[in-house]
Amino acid sequence: MTARQSPPQRPLTARIRPEHEPFGLADYERHGGFQGLRAALKMGPQDVTGLVKSAGLRGRGGAGFPTGVKWGLVPMGPDAPKQKYIVANGDEMEPGTFKDRLLLEGDPLQFIEGMIIGGYAIGASIGYVFLRAEYVLAAERLKAAIAECHARKLLGRNILGSGFDFDLYLHTSAGRYICGEETALLNSLEGKRAVPRSKPPFPATAGLFGKPTVVNNIETLCNVPHIVHYGADWYAELSSGTTGSKDGGTKLYGASGKVKHPGCWELPMGTTVREIVDDHAGGMREGLKLRGFLPGGASTDFLTAEHLDVPMDYEHIAQAGSRMGTGLLIVLDDRTPLMAMLRNLETFFARESCGWCTPCRDGLPWTERILADFEAGRARASDIELLRQQTRLLGPGRTFCPHAPGAMEPLQSALKYFPDDFSAAVGRDGAGG
Amino acid sequence: MLSADEIREIDAELAHYEQAQAATIEALKIVQKHRGWVSDEAVADIAEKLGTSPATVDAVATFYNLIYRKPVGRHVIHVCDSVSCWIMGQPRLTELLRTQLGIDYGQTTADGRFTLLPICCLGTCDRAPALMIDKDTHRDLESVDAERLGVILERYP
Ligand SMILES: Cc1cc2nc3c(=O)[nH]c(=O)nc-3n(C[C@H](O)[C@H](O)[C@H](O)COP(=O)(O)O)c2cc1C
Ligand code: SF4
Ligand code: FES
Repeated sequence: MTARQSPPQRPLTARIRPEHEPFGLADYERHGGFQGLRAALKMGPQDVTGLVKSAGLRGRGGAGFPTGVKWGLVPMGPDAPKQKYIVANGDEMEPGTFKDRLLLEGDPLQFIEGMIIGGYAIGASIGYVFLRAEYVLAAERLKAAIAECHARKLLGRNILGSGFDFDLYLHTSAGRYICGEETALLNSLEGKRAVPRSKPPFPATAGLFGKPTVVNNIETLCNVPHIVHYGADWYAELSSGTTGSKDGGTKLYGASGKVKHPGCWELPMGTTVREIVDDHAGGMREGLKLRGFLPGGASTDFLTAEHLDVPMDYEHIAQAGSRMGTGLLIVLDDRTPLMAMLRNLETFFARESCGWCTPCRDGLPWTERILADFEAGRARASDIELLRQQTRLLGPGRTFCPHAPGAMEPLQSALKYFPDDFSAAVGRDGAGG
Repeated sequence: MLSADEIREIDAELAHYEQAQAATIEALKIVQKHRGWVSDEAVADIAEKLGTSPATVDAVATFYNLIYRKPVGRHVIHVCDSVSCWIMGQPRLTELLRTQLGIDYGQTTADGRFTLLPICCLGTCDRAPALMIDKDTHRDLESVDAERLGVILERYP
């Protein structure tokens, strides 16, 4: 085996040079690339899964499901279905999120290596990358990297002489946010309307074309080569040794809105919101104050200036009453009108409803209209209660998939933290309700 | 009728899937790449090629916002109207475009040059507001004025 380079502190972005072409295969390998795959192919598939499990890697697509546990649900052994699939979720359409694009444009080979290892761990011989249509540069770079891997026998038959076969195909999508929901994504990959499926059965047993399938986020998969190369302890240490977080590794955090320097940074899991906003995003723009933030995309609950010292990991953000989501902050300043922002958010969710179930299809446009009344200052006092009711009627368990409950998260938390904004927007003529 | 190029490209995609219907979205995108949009006739041709019904293909085509079932202009402008771009001044950007082009969302300029449409978060929120023209993403448009916008649009004859 080649000599180990000293383990990186920022493994996912170590090879990314902003505004440069990504490394080709030779440079990638010179910088530690494919060491993870080489190590994995010498292990048993289940041992790879075990390693990912003990590293504590949790899914970076929004739900935070432990990756090793997910892989462990796939049937293995001689009685398992012959054909299985691994699918990378590169739909990245959650408003405020721009991390997977950075990873794919900056280091496509890292992602491919993670994908091959994932395929090996669950015994899948075919992988698909489901990429949103708009990521044109990422698609180009991925295609070039896939071709290079084929030429060097890192993809295709008998990879590196291991006997393991793996092919990787790029599917570029045709729009619609709901494609990011993993079962809608599978329908879309089958050439159908992207309507979610009922669970169970879960994709791990019956997914793409009815075969056992793992769906993982791009960032999740990019962690895998490093875990296999440097080990589970090293991975857990990246965060436990710095922020003390129980969730392993690093995370791509980011900030958008009226901060001085919006951007995306790889930091130890459990970095506080304050550090992200002040040290990395440079604080708020001159004359503006932070009023609140959506911690991980449009479908996460608002937190406020009082929560700046909350560590951004799954447990702590949940304790504070929100969700880690994608981990990229959308910052609300004190001059951006909240009612208009909520209307913008619900317009998005209403437009992106897949239309399958009634509460979501009809309830979201209704919510949007009520918020338009608040934005225009013509709402009635009773509309506040109506909005509260919407957050319950469209909440968890009421709809076929988590799209509508996600849409309610920014609204319910705005009602909780900023009730005065709503009362102030009630029109004078309608004040009696 | 599908052209020889279209058939060749669709066949390449078919080889990636265990079921023919799975190539529906690729087939629609291939046809659209060559013709600009997807006509009823093209829907029927794709259905025949994939061994399915026109209604099935159309149900798929009409679900996805980037498949155009009506003719569009030579260039399509997609303005991101999601939250981060909105905070950074997307409404102003949209207004500028409306004035400059004399059209609203969903419309095409009389000369057939531009179609204007909204789109979800383009994943470039750190450089908001942003828009896409054809395959190009244009970023950092917070302080764009009519003149600078004109310079951008000029690149799309
Ligand atoms: C409405 C909706 C949209 C979603 N969009 C995405 C997305 O764009 N990318 C993504 O990775 N996960 C998305 N998810 C989460 C996926 O369903 C799934 O949990 C994830 O891809 C699993 O990967 P992970 O375990 O690696 O996080 C979305 C979920 C919902 C409900
Ligand atoms: S909640 Fe909305 S997006 Fe989800 S299945 Fe129902 S209609 Fe579709
Ligand atoms: S909100 Fe416009 S690019 Fe993300």
